[in-house]
Amino acid sequence: MTTNAAVLEARDLSRTLDQAGGPKSLLRDVSFRLDQGQVLAVLGPSGAGKSTLLRMLNRLDEPSSGAVLLQGADTRTMDPRALRRRVGMVMQQAFLFPGAVVANVRYGPAQHGILLKDSQVVNLIRQVGMAGYEDHDVSTLSGGEAQRISIARALANQPEVLLLDEPTSALDDLSKQEIEHLLASLVRERNMTCVWVTHDVAQARRVADLVLKLEAGQAVGFGTSQELLHA
Amino acid sequence: MLNLLFHSQMSLGLGQAAAVALLAILVVQFASRRGAKIGREIPLVLLRGIVQILLVGFLIVALLHGPWWTGIPVLIVMIFIAATIVRRRVPELPGAYTLSLLCMAAGAGGVLTVMTLLGIVEPKIIILIPVGSMVIAQNMNIQSLFLNRFLGEIRSHRGEIESALALGAAPEHAAEPYLHASFHASLIPATDNLRSLGIVWIPGMMAGMVLSGASPIYAALYQFVILSMIFIAGAVSCLTATYLVPRRVFTPQQQLRRLN
Repeated sequence: MTTNAAVLEARDLSRTLDQAGGPKSLLRDVSFRLDQGQVLAVLGPSGAGKSTLLRMLNRLDEPSSGAVLLQGADTRTMDPRALRRRVGMVMQQAFLFPGAVVANVRYGPAQHGILLKDSQVVNLIRQVGMAGYEDHDVSTLSGGEAQRISIARALANQPEVLLLDEPTSALDDLSKQEIEHLLASLVRERNMTCVWVTHDVAQARRVADLVLKLEAGQAVGFGTSQELLHA
Repeated sequence: MLNLLFHSQMSLGLGQAAAVALLAILVVQFASRRGAKIGREIPLVLLRGIVQILLVGFLIVALLHGPWWTGIPVLIVMIFIAATIVRRRVPELPGAYTLSLLCMAAGAGGVLTVMTLLGIVEPKIIILIPVGSMVIAQNMNIQSLFLNRFLGEIRSHRGEIESALALGAAPEHAAEPYLHASFHASLIPATDNLRSLGIVWIPGMMAGMVLSGASPIYAALYQFVILSMIFIAGAVSCLTATYLVPRRVFTPQQQLRRLN
């Protein structure tokens, strides 16, 4: 048993919404632990609480109870902006900001007073397979191209953990394969710890070391991809 | 035609008010039959409007012979009531009443104070209350437009705002493009009023001043002053809102609230 702190750990995470018709539980007592370079696939049908779990990991949503630990430190003790720089996120849709590709890639570091050098920006854009697109207006990009830029934008902050919220589900089949391949290679090359939300079992099998299965807000399975998906 | 039926000024006024109210109701009835959803509250709004404006008329008569400063509490009460009306337009915004109150106190309240101190608005009840009420009423409309537009922008750009937050942006920075868009949109009517002044429309107050014997040139200049005051008050109140409203739509943990 390791005594080192996990890179990312969720302890009994729950989220309940107070609604007019009474409290609604979105997630109940979910726990997991990830070490450096591990990829966790969070699997489950729509409404299972996958995105809710992910959004609590970078504190876009607040847990009702439980805790998230980053390198052993409770994320509630951290400045949310600093936390979100360390825990990057790629959403289902790219949601690029109006303007040039280069401005989008520079956005994250600029929030912390860092101006990326041109060579750094070019390198990031090249890594996501979009070399030469630096000055393109984001409104001219296809869905797959936009998602590539949103990945470069998230990586520009050099996060320790990457959260992926169904990053291929809004794309056509070809783009889906390309983006999955791109993300899987980037995560492996950088030895990043990653939480990848998907409803696609085959995708989870291809990309994940660990799998967390959710149903109706509860964990119904946690183990290695080998144990849960290859059996 | 009405002046043939009514011989005193008071009865003529009541007859004119009844005629326009009837016409408004007929228009609403027609619009309702065409499927427009503006109907049911209009008769009540018309009744409420005439009662309120008559009360103000009586109030001005009562205050006319008192000291000018008695107009100040009247204008303060108007700002409080205007804040209540703005809150009703944005019930989903937490703390909308206090926010609107502060913004309009800074906008309408600030502009009226400065203009009175500079002597641009004469400290007389007969001027202070009508001019003050015009500035406050228009400020209320501008404030409603700003908040309504801002909440609409927040709803339709939730993904972009949360993307910015997820990249480490401060909430104020994440909301900045939508604050700017709302600021611009809310001032369009006031800007257009200034732009079209004298060309497309001659405002009621100017017409009233001319009818009561003032020089048309002075009345025109004074109308420009009033419209500029409305614009300045609106700009100041919305600018104040751009600083205060992010705290209402983001949590202390820098999360975007869910606005129903």
